[in-house]
Amino acid sequence: MTDLFEKHRPIAERFERMMEMGVNAVGVVNDRILSPTRAIIQGRETILAGTNNYMGVTFEKACIDAGKKALEEFGTGTTGSRIANGSYAMHRELEQSLAAFLNRKHCIVFTTGYQANLGMIAGLAGPRDTVFLDADSHSSIYDGCTLSGAKLVRFRHNDASDLDRRLSRSEDEGGGRLVVLEGIYSMLGDRAPLKDFVELRKKHQFQLLVDEAHSFGVLGPNGRGLADEAGLEDEADFVVGTFSKSIGSIGGFGAGDHPLFETLRYAMRPYMFTASSSPATIATSIAAVKTLAREPERRDRLRRNSERLFNGFRTLGLETGCEEVSPVIAVKCKDEPSTIAMWNRLLQGGVYVNIALPPGTPNRLCLLRCSVSAAHSDAEIDQVIAAFGKVVAKA
Amino acid sequence: MSTDTPVIDEICRLLGPHNPKGIALSAETDIPAELNIDSVGVLDFIMDVEDTFDIEIPMNVVAETHTIGDLVKVVEDRIKKRNA
Repeated sequence: MTDLFEKHRPIAERFERMMEMGVNAVGVVNDRILSPTRAIIQGRETILAGTNNYMGVTFEKACIDAGKKALEEFGTGTTGSRIANGSYAMHRELEQSLAAFLNRKHCIVFTTGYQANLGMIAGLAGPRDTVFLDADSHSSIYDGCTLSGAKLVRFRHNDASDLDRRLSRSEDEGGGRLVVLEGIYSMLGDRAPLKDFVELRKKHQFQLLVDEAHSFGVLGPNGRGLADEAGLEDEADFVVGTFSKSIGSIGGFGAGDHPLFETLRYAMRPYMFTASSSPATIATSIAAVKTLAREPERRDRLRRNSERLFNGFRTLGLETGCEEVSPVIAVKCKDEPSTIAMWNRLLQGGVYVNIALPPGTPNRLCLLRCSVSAAHSDAEIDQVIAAFGKVVAKA
Repeated sequence: MSTDTPVIDEICRLLGPHNPKGIALSAETDIPAELNIDSVGVLDFIMDVEDTFDIEIPMNVVAETHTIGDLVKVVEDRIKKRNA
């Protein structure tokens, strides 16, 4: 009999090679979290520059107070799905406040951001439909596509002319067509050229879903994401987002204006067959949405901090993942061993960033990925730049 | 591409960048396993195949395609379908 684990042996061997270097870059333990930008790791105070805490709301008093109150008044968990156990009033309140923030008629919340993409894509597309997805899409998009049973067509990253060719080439089998884009791509930090993709609607018929996971709260005059920034919200039929980044909790959402949108609640397995978010999580999310709406200056701070880090890296001569300033700033490295070694030296120097290696990266790149927070001080950003400077000098 | 070039020759040519060790290729070669191409690499290679032959090979079909021979059959079937 074949050992079921045999297929995972290459993963185990790769992990062992990393451990032989004295590093577990994918198993960091935060002993204490001191603030949105600082933690104690391996007994050392460390700047967090890889936690996607874009708005820095994780220690916001209003959010913590709301979470405590909900915990005391509604208990620790919901113990089931909203279909089976029913919703709490605050689930609805969060959906309404998000719909208002997004200026959409409908919003459905999910227990995780991963499930939001799974649910929305598999709820919208079925076996007779075709989903066109960007090659650099997040795994949750790929998995949602697989769950849908739809025909899946992958187009070259951020290349509207390539999507044009594939839409033209695609056989019309009578089903619907869904194009899936991301506001900010999580590995390189680049934005989808939304205007170019929307232009294709003059030539091809399709519905458009934009995953604003990394751009919600971050981009646009109203903080709604890339479509808001581009002035093309009317062209995005569906928006997906997560609470685990700008909202600082856990969960996700799907939103849209379609008159049948609410029927998705009864067609999305990742919504129907999982426990709903805990009261404390929902309450902190509601408070965070209010904070984002009340304090647009956080977006300005994030943009300034992102520019400071981007320019600092450029001054050091580092090659970044994209040419535009973004809260996701990835530094391209030579190969896997040197990336692991550099990551470790950064951590020893008191700076935590993400390590990103193939096949989880575009074009087999090895990356040290930073994410900037509105809560970072200028001094913290400068410390991150200085730490990279030292590491690069030794590389 | 020239219609005179056999499909298998063109596929082997497209596999060149994914075959740095110069492993001998045949219809029986298992593309991901023998060439040690990861899942994303296979999908990138399939995009090149689609563009070369101007056909559509959905990801769902890729999952069931392992050997060069499997892929040749998919490409030939889809060229026929396109020209029908």
